[in-house]
Amino acid sequence: MIEFQQVTKRYGSDHTALKQVNFHLDRGELAFLTGHSGAGKSTLLKLIMLMERPSAGQVVVGGQVLNNMPRRQVPYIRRHIGVVFQNHQLLFDRTVFDNVALPLEVMGVPTRDIGRRVRAALDKVGLLSKEKMNPMQLSGGEQQRVGIARAVVNKPPLLLADEPTGNLDPELSADIMHLFEQFSQVGVTVLIASHDISLIHDMGRRTLTLEHGRLVNGGSALGGMAHGH
Amino acid sequence: MATEPTRPRQQGRGAAQSRSEARDVAGSYLAHHRKVARESGRRLWQAPVASLMTWLVMGVAMAMPVALLLLLTSLEGVSAGWESSARITTYLTDNLSLEQAQALRLEVGSRGDVDDVELIDRDSALAEFRATSGLADALDYLDENPLPHTLLVTPPETGRTAAGVERLAAELEALPGVARVQVDLGWLQRLNVMTQLLARAVWVLALLLGCAVILVIGNTIRLAIENRRDEILVVKLVGGTDAFVRRPFLYTGVWFGLGGGLVAWFLLELSLWWLSGPIERLAALYHSNFALSGLPLDGALALLVFAMLLGWLGAWLAVKRHLDAIEPGVPAGS
Repeated sequence: MIEFQQVTKRYGSDHTALKQVNFHLDRGELAFLTGHSGAGKSTLLKLIMLMERPSAGQVVVGGQVLNNMPRRQVPYIRRHIGVVFQNHQLLFDRTVFDNVALPLEVMGVPTRDIGRRVRAALDKVGLLSKEKMNPMQLSGGEQQRVGIARAVVNKPPLLLADEPTGNLDPELSADIMHLFEQFSQVGVTVLIASHDISLIHDMGRRTLTLEHGRLVNGGSALGGMAHGH
Repeated sequence: MATEPTRPRQQGRGAAQSRSEARDVAGSYLAHHRKVARESGRRLWQAPVASLMTWLVMGVAMAMPVALLLLLTSLEGVSAGWESSARITTYLTDNLSLEQAQALRLEVGSRGDVDDVELIDRDSALAEFRATSGLADALDYLDENPLPHTLLVTPPETGRTAAGVERLAAELEALPGVARVQVDLGWLQRLNVMTQLLARAVWVLALLLGCAVILVIGNTIRLAIENRRDEILVVKLVGGTDAFVRRPFLYTGVWFGLGGGLVAWFLLELSLWWLSGPIERLAALYHSNFALSGLPLDGALALLVFAMLLGWLGAWLAVKRHLDAIEPGVPAGS
């Protein structure tokens, strides 16, 4: 689903965010991406979401090489990638329902299907009863779940999460992680950037560890953390 | 191979399905346009003062050149009316008898460059003068009719150019029995030149004010884009195309244009109503049928459509310039 081949990303001439990163994620795989601040986690996610282009190497998502993807194709690639943010990026000028409906509207889904699919996504994250509320009225954990509903409402084959539990207490974090596990069980590839070591440890999943832009762990392994270099 | 027999049916169903899908896509596309149009209209309505200001600026900027164009059309109507009645007044010598005058009329009338000749004999000229001048009492003191016979010569339409009329006048003046020829085209020519000059000035003004309208809209849209930065980022993140992101702003521009057009129309009607009384009186003093023409309905509709186009163009320029600059970056620090 995701493949990095010798990917290097330099900003300017002096800062190298990623150095020759190699890894491959299969369909339905759930993996963590970890590392200290500035290790390159964000850069790696940006490359997948086409917010950045690699300086060298190849990024392949869903069988498509992203390096030379023309600008006007970018939106269509992004429609296959659900993204969950730490600060959830919800819009407070509209209801929960309208927030979750946004990716479907963007794709031109017929109005009558939008209602059904938005409610299915909200039901999945347990917020069906709050569809008419403004996201501002919700708690942090609920807001994050709205963000997840929006990320999965169009059933993307790939789900990225950037510090999805960054602002949540451990119990809520475990709930969110459980949701991600459920998505991976139905075939969604999930990549979660996080520095919550204890949570990652509890999950016992494959972990990609970045250190100063180099992938030091989990690159070639398909199993758990034990396979790291 | 086992599925071979079922293929035609599947294909048929597939075609029907894709037809209905295409219908769905088109339907949802139109529904989306309606929704965006409604939404952007609602946003303008929610900030009535700011929107009204923009509408007024646009309205004033558009009303001015349109008003001048209307004035121009009215003036052209005046000169067109005179050109069609451009006649050469040929005064005959005093000693010419009525028979000689009639003979001269036939001679002039047979010319190729003359459309029509009317003879006004001295008696009927005096009668008309008596009736219209208000000098009837004074005329009674005269022993004899001071007026000569007169030929009113109308050149054919093709000859109604300044040069053609001048040449004809010169030839008529050379005829024996003709005392004087009078062509009152000088002021008409001056009016024509002035209208042409005014027309150019109006177009320059219209062009400048059109640019001003586009800039005003562009600036307003730029502010709207800044205000909705978050929304633009999120829409781009979930795969919104550039067209999708632009659409609400383009509709906003169109609504600004429509509002500005309506204000311009209103201002024009108001000024016309205010000016029409004095203009009628002034025209009456000059014995002119000059009237300031108002904006006909199709002209008003054209104004509205044009205003909407200007709004769209302004929005498009702003969107092109500022929207592409807003590109998402992962906001979480790590």
